Amino acid sequence: MAQILFYAMAVVALGSAVAMVTRKSPVASLLYMVTTLASLAVIFVLFEAHFLAAIQVIVYAGAIMVLFLFVIMLLNLGHDYRKDLKGGLAAVLSLGVSGALAGLLVSHFRASAPEPFAGRIRDSGILESLIAEKGAVGAMARPLYVDYVVAFEVTGILLLVAVVGALALAKRRV
Amino acid sequence: MQELSQTAFLVAATLKVLAVFAGVMGVVALLTLLERRIAAFIQDRLGPNRVGPFGILQPVADGLKNFLKEETMPATAAQPYFLLGPLLSLVPALVTFAVIPFASPLPTPWGVVDMIVADVPIGILYILALSSLAVYGVVMGGWASNNKYSFLGGLRASAQMVSYEVALGLSVVVVLIVAGNVTLTEMVWRQQQMGLWFAFPLSLAFILFVISAFAETNRLPFDMPEAESELVGGFHTEYSGMKYAMYPMAEYAHMLTSSALMATLFFGGWDIPFWRGDDAFRHEGIWIQGFDGEGSPVPAVLAWWKTILTFGSFAVKTSFFILLYMWVRWTVPRFRYDQIMQLGWKVLLPTALAYVMVVAVTVLSLDTVGVPYGFVWGAILTMVSALCTAVFLWVVDRGRILSGAAYGLRERYRIQARTLGREAVTPFGVGGSGTTA
Repeated sequence: MAQILFYAMAVVALGSAVAMVTRKSPVASLLYMVTTLASLAVIFVLFEAHFLAAIQVIVYAGAIMVLFLFVIMLLNLGHDYRKDLKGGLAAVLSLGVSGALAGLLVSHFRASAPEPFAGRIRDSGILESLIAEKGAVGAMARPLYVDYVVAFEVTGILLLVAVVGALALAKRRV
Repeated sequence: MQELSQTAFLVAATLKVLAVFAGVMGVVALLTLLERRIAAFIQDRLGPNRVGPFGILQPVADGLKNFLKEETMPATAAQPYFLLGPLLSLVPALVTFAVIPFASPLPTPWGVVDMIVADVPIGILYILALSSLAVYGVVMGGWASNNKYSFLGGLRASAQMVSYEVALGLSVVVVLIVAGNVTLTEMVWRQQQMGLWFAFPLSLAFILFVISAFAETNRLPFDMPEAESELVGGFHTEYSGMKYAMYPMAEYAHMLTSSALMATLFFGGWDIPFWRGDDAFRHEGIWIQGFDGEGSPVPAVLAWWKTILTFGSFAVKTSFFILLYMWVRWTVPRFRYDQIMQLGWKVLLPTALAYVMVVAVTVLSLDTVGVPYGFVWGAILTMVSALCTAVFLWVVDRGRILSGAAYGLRERYRIQARTLGREAVTPFGVGGSGTTA
């Protein structure tokens, strides 16, 4: 059952990711991106990573996509998007870069065939006992706020700097 | 009391899904009638009372009417998205009810069935995730209609829902700190253990949650996306027939879910007050009622009549909040759009942030001192929260309602000064320049 669901969701995720890139209408590619992120969330649930799945939907599908929608609507890209598309050289360049990245990934995984890590954790039952003991969020909170607190805070400051920078850029135009 | 077998679990789960889905749809239909009756009551009319006894079959007639109406499709609309809009808003509203526990566990010959569709470990996060998806329906519908009023409605919806989601999330964080977990079953259990509903020890969070939930469901005074008087019908101007009907259905389903959520988070869920006999929680595989003096678990006594009673308790609490929604809708006028944004970002968000700090510090110091979790623990937190709530209300009020008589006097001085065209010198100090009038 889990196997079937996993493959179904993987197909949906990959399919809508491809559709997201190939669609011409930005709103369509936006919806495909939501579909990709939602099916990734389902895959997370299949690996018992409930908290990650919820955060995936809340952060990506929720906040970022709503902001995306904002940008698209305020720039009125939705209806006359054709003149915004770049042809020729840009297409070749982007194909080349993404091809190189894909090649890098393939060569890396060829060299060191990874063990199915996520599956191993699920089968060992470590996560289940952790969730039973501390809850789905508690299992995540301890490493985040105790073991790796410095890295976590530094990431927070990084995001804060980004927000301040965005604000400074936006303010200048007013 | 043995565990459910695999087959029994599947059968029970299917039955629960069907029952809850049918129940939610039925209640949503009745809510449309209730809303009209309450509107009529407040405006001193009778309301729809012709179809069936007390007009109880009015929703059926409405549904039939909507099915038979012509489905119009605006020529300039972006078709697939136009059709997707109502669906995207109805589905999240219907599925969120799945994680809310609605009664105490039911003992059956095949094992104990807990009265919740899916007790997922992420509980409330599931609800937050899905309600953040709900905005897509409104925005998509407003944009796809290709109509400036609809588009404005959609934009307002997205801005409003994003803003108030923050305050909503932060007021839930406070509950999480006290409950210690995100599952709603555990929240109900912690309230039973405390002997106090979270509405008291977390009174400010309760107020913030209710305000944000009003904004999240787009109900008056926060119904900017619709705003009939300025935007025709807002995001659903171009919709007709069943496609239109799905939007109100989504709104009522959303209202039902958030009422049930308020009841669960702050009013003890299905808990019956002043009675320990109904307490039940699944602790290390067995159902317990609580812990005795030595900290060893006391097994719970489950019974079918307790399930029915607790369901009644849950239904009463949920209905209370639904009535509150409707009462407010027909009492309070609509906000201006900039006021909504100010309230969300400048009042609710800082308040919620500060309150999270206060509660976290209080909980930490209570635990450090070694006060055991229970009534005394809750009472201390209640006092701290009452102080915060008093400060919040006083600041937000700015001398309008709470200090009524004195404000009236000050206002009279100000008007007097304006007519005389000079600075108003009042017993409260200098204020209200006469020249700006």
